[in-house]
Amino acid sequence: MHYTARCGLGAAMALFLGTTAAFADNVKIAFIDPLSGAFAATGTNGLNQFEFAAQTLVNDKGGVLDGDMFEIVAFDNKVSPKESLIQLQVAIDQGIHYVVQGNSSGVANALTEAIDKHNRRNPENQVLFLNYSAVDPALTNEKCNFWHFRFDANADMKMDTLTDAIAADPNIKKVYIIGQDYSFGKAVSAAANQMLAEKRPDIEVVGDELHPIGKVKDFTPYARKIQSSGADAVITGNWGADMFGLGKSILDNGFTGPIYTYYAAADGMTAAFGETGDGHIRLVSEGASNPPPTPEAAAYIEAFKTKYPDGNVSQSRITNTIEMLAAAINEAGTATDVVKVANALEGMEHKNMWGGTVYMRPEDHQGIQDLHVFVHTNDGITYDYDNSGYGMLTETTVQNAGMDSPTTCDMKRP
Amino acid sequence: MDLVLVNLIDGLVTGLLLFMLSAGLTLIFSMMGVLNFAHASFYMLGAYFAYQISVYLGFWVGLLLAPPLVGVLGALVERYGLRRVHQYGHVPELIFTFGLALMIEELVQFIWGRNAVNYVSPEILNFTAFSIAGNAIPAYKVFMIFISLGIFIALLYVLTKTRVGMIIQAALSYPRTVEALGHNVPLIFMGVFGVGTALAGVAGVIAGPVLSTFPGMAIVLGSIVFVTIVIGGLGSLGGALVASLLIGWLTTFAKAYNIRMEDILTGVGFSKPEPIWDSMWQDLWTITSPQIADILPYLLMVLILVFRPYGLFGKRDA
Repeated sequence: MHYTARCGLGAAMALFLGTTAAFADNVKIAFIDPLSGAFAATGTNGLNQFEFAAQTLVNDKGGVLDGDMFEIVAFDNKVSPKESLIQLQVAIDQGIHYVVQGNSSGVANALTEAIDKHNRRNPENQVLFLNYSAVDPALTNEKCNFWHFRFDANADMKMDTLTDAIAADPNIKKVYIIGQDYSFGKAVSAAANQMLAEKRPDIEVVGDELHPIGKVKDFTPYARKIQSSGADAVITGNWGADMFGLGKSILDNGFTGPIYTYYAAADGMTAAFGETGDGHIRLVSEGASNPPPTPEAAAYIEAFKTKYPDGNVSQSRITNTIEMLAAAINEAGTATDVVKVANALEGMEHKNMWGGTVYMRPEDHQGIQDLHVFVHTNDGITYDYDNSGYGMLTETTVQNAGMDSPTTCDMKRP
Repeated sequence: MDLVLVNLIDGLVTGLLLFMLSAGLTLIFSMMGVLNFAHASFYMLGAYFAYQISVYLGFWVGLLLAPPLVGVLGALVERYGLRRVHQYGHVPELIFTFGLALMIEELVQFIWGRNAVNYVSPEILNFTAFSIAGNAIPAYKVFMIFISLGIFIALLYVLTKTRVGMIIQAALSYPRTVEALGHNVPLIFMGVFGVGTALAGVAGVIAGPVLSTFPGMAIVLGSIVFVTIVIGGLGSLGGALVASLLIGWLTTFAKAYNIRMEDILTGVGFSKPEPIWDSMWQDLWTITSPQIADILPYLLMVLILVFRPYGLFGKRDA
């Protein structure tokens, strides 16, 4: 009795959802990232940038297809893979076809596996995973699948660009590598060791260690170790609260060499490093803002700052993600048949406002784009971070970084 | 050898900071029998109040004003919250403070946002006090040490040498007798709660610029404070100090030296299984001390609970 009642209700619901879907104007995009806990700041700022990008780059220009609007639906995963899978299920149950996530490769590994499984079992209701920031190389190599697209350069590509900069500095003889204890931290360490050995065999790695992610209260003991190891430079892939704490400790305790990072800017960090970080903090990323590459980029940053005076446009890849998704949906002529959308995304070459192109490599769904090394300074900064007067100035640029990088991906297409 | 000295100083700073938090908590516990889950939240409020004041009036005014503000807030919570819940027993009290902690966190996020706020140490202390073998000891850390030591001495003096302290101590053990002698015991309780939370506030004010002021700062320190007072002995001020310093040094040294489990195990005569990645003991063999530094205090707590359930300096039987 109960069972039939539930069945009936389910059928009615399905009918109801089916009819609403036919008239729906919104392309819903599930944003699954930390909105509470130690990494809440990073997640929240990502969410703001997604909402703003969807609004200005798609909705204000008339949306996709016949005026369908992008709608970002936020889900808090507390950077836990387990929690993310629950939220993914909720998103799928809401009829969402697009998932964006970026913070933590641990989460991305769980999501990509779950989405692959879901899509094979539910061919009528498939989901695309647009990864905007999780950079573990495995995601586009041994763990790659047709549903996953990465819009950020992977950890190896970034390390390649960083080690180029390190190799060019003859003063660096000893480096210290430190990172968070999970797949990404290990990938950074492996890449750094291997590439330094190739490019500058004379450089000695005087320290190579991992610390628990999101758990360290005070990084002072680590800073002491780095200082006493005699290192000339530090390499770290830390992000969020861990980058904040590590950077502040290293700078406050007397280290004066360069600190090569992936994520040491914005979200309160630039303001906190301020003067002590001037000329020391370096960061590899796409999408320069100093000097602003194009008038469109300048206008975009200014409009963002008007809406979020305390925010920063710190992840330009988010604009690429939104614009490329919109272009792919338009090209495919559908927002619900994600196989068509994925086919349109594959091999897409997108000219963006940051003065370059993003090429979505079909072999592994890895975005190929220009990478820059920035330095934290207050000299020559047009658009600062955290309203601090300090920002990231472009020092070197590698065009289409990692274009020929090898991949072990064996892509299985539906 | 130089590094040992540097780590001793770093550990002292961590330990003293922990002490300021645990001192208030242990006082409140010994007096009212309430484990105040919201204690670390008052620490966070101290940091945020001081930040807000420092924006307009500078760090020093913040240091002076924020702790009393937090203390008054704590006293109000005791007067209009805890005291009403008290009659229903300990469990409702626990739940009340737990809910309060969650509420304060949400409130802080609501007012100041989720980002870390830019609360910095004063310009005048932004120099290196001295260096040991290239390791700078910022003047601010020296300042932290003196503030915490000053507070410990003042607290000890008030509790043991003054009339107020004697009444408080008497009220701890025999509240009814003290009441019969004409003292206002509920007022004393409110005062102790206020002072306890104000101490947490001071800790927040001086820790904010070093450990960064963000909405998660209460959670990060919350559990370790309980561990401290359990190790030190619930209700013992001296125990809280010893336990805080112990934990400060324990975690600092564990992080500063890469002691590998592999060395310890081979040292006691085990042989390493090869290849290690196929062994079921892989996780145990590859542990290094920095990785487990932050759980060492919990391990210590378990050991203390097993061998000395009333803590290092606790008086009451478990």
